[in-house]
Amino acid sequence: MAYDKFHMLTSSVVPMPIENVDTDQIIPARFLKAVERKGFGDNLFRDWRYNRDGSPKADFVLNNPLYKGKILAGGKNFGCGSSREHAAWSVYDYGFRCVVSSFFADIFKNNCMNIGVLPVTVTPEFLDQIFSEIEKNPETELTVDLPNQEITLNATGQKESFDISDYKKNNLLNGYDDIDYLNAMKSDIEEFASSRPF
Amino acid sequence: MSAALTLFDKVWDAHVVKSIENGPDILFIDRHFIHEVTSPVAFLNMEKRGMHVMYPNRTFATADHNTPTINQHLPVEDELSATQLKALESNSAKNGISHWGLGHKKNGIVHVVGPENGITLPAMTIVCGDSHTSTHGAFGAIAFGIGTSEVEMVLTSQCIMQNKPKKMRIEINGTLSDAVLPKDVILYVISKISASGGTGHFVEYAGEVFENMSMEGRMTVCNMSIEMGARGGMVAPDSKAINYLEGREFAPKGDDWNELVTYWQTLKTDEGAEYDTVHVFDAADIEPMITYGTNPGLGIGISKQIPDPTDVLDGKASYEKSLDYMGFGVGQNMIGKHVDYVFMGSCTNGRIEDFRQFAKIVKGKKKADNVTAWLVPGSRQVEAKIKEEGIMDILTTAGFELRQPGCSACLAMNDDKIPEGKYAVSTSNRNFEGRQGPGARTMLASPLVAAAAAVTGKITDPRELLN
Ligand code: SF4
Repeated sequence: MAYDKFHMLTSSVVPMPIENVDTDQIIPARFLKAVERKGFGDNLFRDWRYNRDGSPKADFVLNNPLYKGKILAGGKNFGCGSSREHAAWSVYDYGFRCVVSSFFADIFKNNCMNIGVLPVTVTPEFLDQIFSEIEKNPETELTVDLPNQEITLNATGQKESFDISDYKKNNLLNGYDDIDYLNAMKSDIEEFASSRPF
Repeated sequence: MSAALTLFDKVWDAHVVKSIENGPDILFIDRHFIHEVTSPVAFLNMEKRGMHVMYPNRTFATADHNTPTINQHLPVEDELSATQLKALESNSAKNGISHWGLGHKKNGIVHVVGPENGITLPAMTIVCGDSHTSTHGAFGAIAFGIGTSEVEMVLTSQCIMQNKPKKMRIEINGTLSDAVLPKDVILYVISKISASGGTGHFVEYAGEVFENMSMEGRMTVCNMSIEMGARGGMVAPDSKAINYLEGREFAPKGDDWNELVTYWQTLKTDEGAEYDTVHVFDAADIEPMITYGTNPGLGIGISKQIPDPTDVLDGKASYEKSLDYMGFGVGQNMIGKHVDYVFMGSCTNGRIEDFRQFAKIVKGKKKADNVTAWLVPGSRQVEAKIKEEGIMDILTTAGFELRQPGCSACLAMNDDKIPEGKYAVSTSNRNFEGRQGPGARTMLASPLVAAAAAVTGKITDPRELLN
């Protein structure tokens, strides 16, 4: 579905310096019962964010007013586990437009790009640097420049370039999705299908 | 002479409709499975775009993720689950997709019913909005999990966009010891390369251990490829795969079948073909396994102690958080740990062969009083076999009940939730925090280890009970 275009983003960052943040933490299975894409942001990190009685857990980063922003920074192997796109939806619906990590699980990364969240893979050293700057100053900002494929830690001026295929980059810059592209290829696909042995 | 190719290359390349320059491949999908949880939004979006399903006969629907495992003949009580099940049924009916709903004799977990009915075939591309779609790789198919946007792509165009993953070979030679099951093999591999060790890769499993493994066993192994971060895993199709499929309802028949068999027999990795990553292990090093942490890479041989943070591949902070959640400490023995629940089932270990193993241990013994056991067959056909083969009698005599098929406590979307703080030995595939219910503590293991826990009420080495 159509999503907001992504170009440049400068924002403070919500830090989550934990490895292997899995999709069951991002959105627990019991919140997957909707037949519409609505309200997933409310249940983002549900069990880390709220007590069983629904009261917020004061020590969780999303409940700490010091940390806010449109960028989420997570430890290595972020988004591992299930293929549920609901995980990416909750990240988007909560208000994040970009997730930064030193390593993403494949399906989560694809899901993000398909719905307009930019996953940025940085080196482990750069990620550590981001976390330590945020520790010093929670208002630390990152600038993510998609056209130039660069991410900058504004406080220090440190920069890294990141990878993204030209195709996906073009989609995100213009708010296109794969279905538009595939739809234009119908006749090629039909021809291909007719040659399948099963 | 053309370049040497891997099995994965051969199947992948045969499905590329077009390669986008500096972008993904457009990959044709032979079979698409859908279930009630990840498909409704895809249908909704498809309708909003005014599009329709391009090849309804290439998609198959089954209800499994949030279905109750008792009283399936009654209306589903949970309103939200009932709405999702209805949506699957009506979306399938509207679009001409075959639908095996609750109570249908072919109903069951999507990755169990696909192979069971011969829908899964070697050399296919197979996708489903569930990451354990990798299961179907046991037959030499390229099978992997996709998100809901991709479900919509497959519905509307029978294709998805994917970058070709890197190739990994996992080779294990030698003979497995007594009581070491395919589940132990895959838990061992993940513990060696970590929960992210396969990211970006597609795995080919090779070597004597996999050659000698049954189809059910290969499915268990391929199923958990995703738990090391790999997109999927596959085993070259051999006579075992072909014999398993021959004559099943949806498998081609007659000359069509024979032609396919000839083609499938050519599907092997060429001599000299290259992989991006290779791991070689020795079967003799593998013992029955159990996990002690909150990702599937945190597993050890059942006789071992919980390792020091310096000996695991995870970072110290995550490791400590994980042990803290489990209520375990470094250096502790796993043997003897208290168990409250046993879950036997899921697309990892919910097949007939798994129940045969479970029965081997519980035969002539009694369920421990402190254990609540949920035994959930992977499909209606598995359920029928359990009864036919007399396994049901063994289970009942030992004080166990059999529930009705579904995903159940594997992801705890229905009522089968492990209560907060309780310890469960589970034959499923994920031990993430809260996976089996908020606060639940999961230890992943094989059907033999699960059975040993169920009759002794604690973690017990199954080898002691088999001799
Ligand atoms: S049993 Fe578990 S892993 Fe398998 S399809 Fe169901 S939810 Fe997914």
